[in-house]
Amino acid sequence: MNLFTSLMSISLGAILVNNFILAQFLGICPFMGVSQKTGTAMGMGLAVTFVMGIASAVTWAVNTYILIPLDLGYMQTVAFILVIAALVQFVEMFLQKAVPTLYQALGIYLPLITTNCAVLGVALLNIQKSYNFIESVVYGITGGIGFLVAIVLFASIREHTEDADCPKSFRGFPIALISAGLLALAFMGFSGMKIFG
Amino acid sequence: MNVKTQFKEGLLTKNPVTVQLLGMCSTMAITTMLFNGIGMGISVLIILTCSNIVISLLRKIIPPKIRIACYIVVIAGFVTMVDLLLQAYLPSLSESLGVFIPLIVVNCIILGRAEAFASKNSVGASLLDGIFQGIGYTVALIIMCVVRELLGSGTILGGFSFINNGGGIRVIPEVYPALLVVLPVGGFLTLGCLIAASQWLMDRIETKEREKEEAA
Repeated sequence: MNLFTSLMSISLGAILVNNFILAQFLGICPFMGVSQKTGTAMGMGLAVTFVMGIASAVTWAVNTYILIPLDLGYMQTVAFILVIAALVQFVEMFLQKAVPTLYQALGIYLPLITTNCAVLGVALLNIQKSYNFIESVVYGITGGIGFLVAIVLFASIREHTEDADCPKSFRGFPIALISAGLLALAFMGFSGMKIFG
Repeated sequence: MNVKTQFKEGLLTKNPVTVQLLGMCSTMAITTMLFNGIGMGISVLIILTCSNIVISLLRKIIPPKIRIACYIVVIAGFVTMVDLLLQAYLPSLSESLGVFIPLIVVNCIILGRAEAFASKNSVGASLLDGIFQGIGYTVALIIMCVVRELLGSGTILGGFSFINNGGGIRVIPEVYPALLVVLPVGGFLTLGCLIAASQWLMDRIETKEREKEEAA
């Protein structure tokens, strides 16, 4: 029961209340960069979810079994970013061989994930919040789902506002940021939610 | 490339935040108090300058195929140093910036300048580029901080421990400020307005230059 409630509260928190993009500002670059079309946004979101899940598991293991026993806690940042970069490369090669259709669908987004701060962010937050292995993996995957939800919603908003008539200085990026602000405002509604007391 | 154009590029025409749209995560996340903005800006400035110098020195040795990985290792090294220094000497800043200090590693500004500038130019030019781009980033952060702090909490100069114990100077009475502006929503809205303002400014400069040319 305890495990279930804690996992539920982590998941709902990561998807809705503390959404990685809209509440914690992690992963804004791909959020703004790859959200012109709903289809590509979907691909990016799925790729990020996938990598965030695996990265959480691997960085947790690296931290617990390598860095802490050797007393190398201060090397966290360097170790994690290297692990993530290598991981993304492996995932890319594996998908290319095993699931070519998925690989083609994700295309150029896979290598871009290395520099997505949501991935490094989730690895660091797992350690900061001292989650155990299962909690870390769940936090990684649900954080990714939160990213997916936000980017797909945002892409569909952008498709509609693209041709809107707004002041010249606001055209392009500024108006996109303001739409994102309104989306964040909507997500703030979830912050009143109390999960299992 | 001379110093003056580099300065102008860093500050306005190629400002990392308002024009190149890089490093937006930290720009929106930590700009709720002036102290945080200045601390973050200076940390990035130092890391950017150091990594630009090192990458520019190594630009002929690094094989092009694995260059991104090499850049990341260099950057991660400097970020770790700054992180540890802040934890030791400015624990309050380190605490309020939290996870965003280690996340400077994946801040697109630094990797972007490494790839676009330092890997192609001499050490001197890369050093100046690091400093000016860093200043451009810091200025953008300071503007965001001042606006958000004033409208959101009604104070200025917040976070400095020697002014009012970190509470800043109250300008707007406590009941009026719009708390919304310091919440995540305000980050998106303020940055949107800042970019719009810079687009308006550059548009005006361009029109003026064109008028001058036509007159001449």
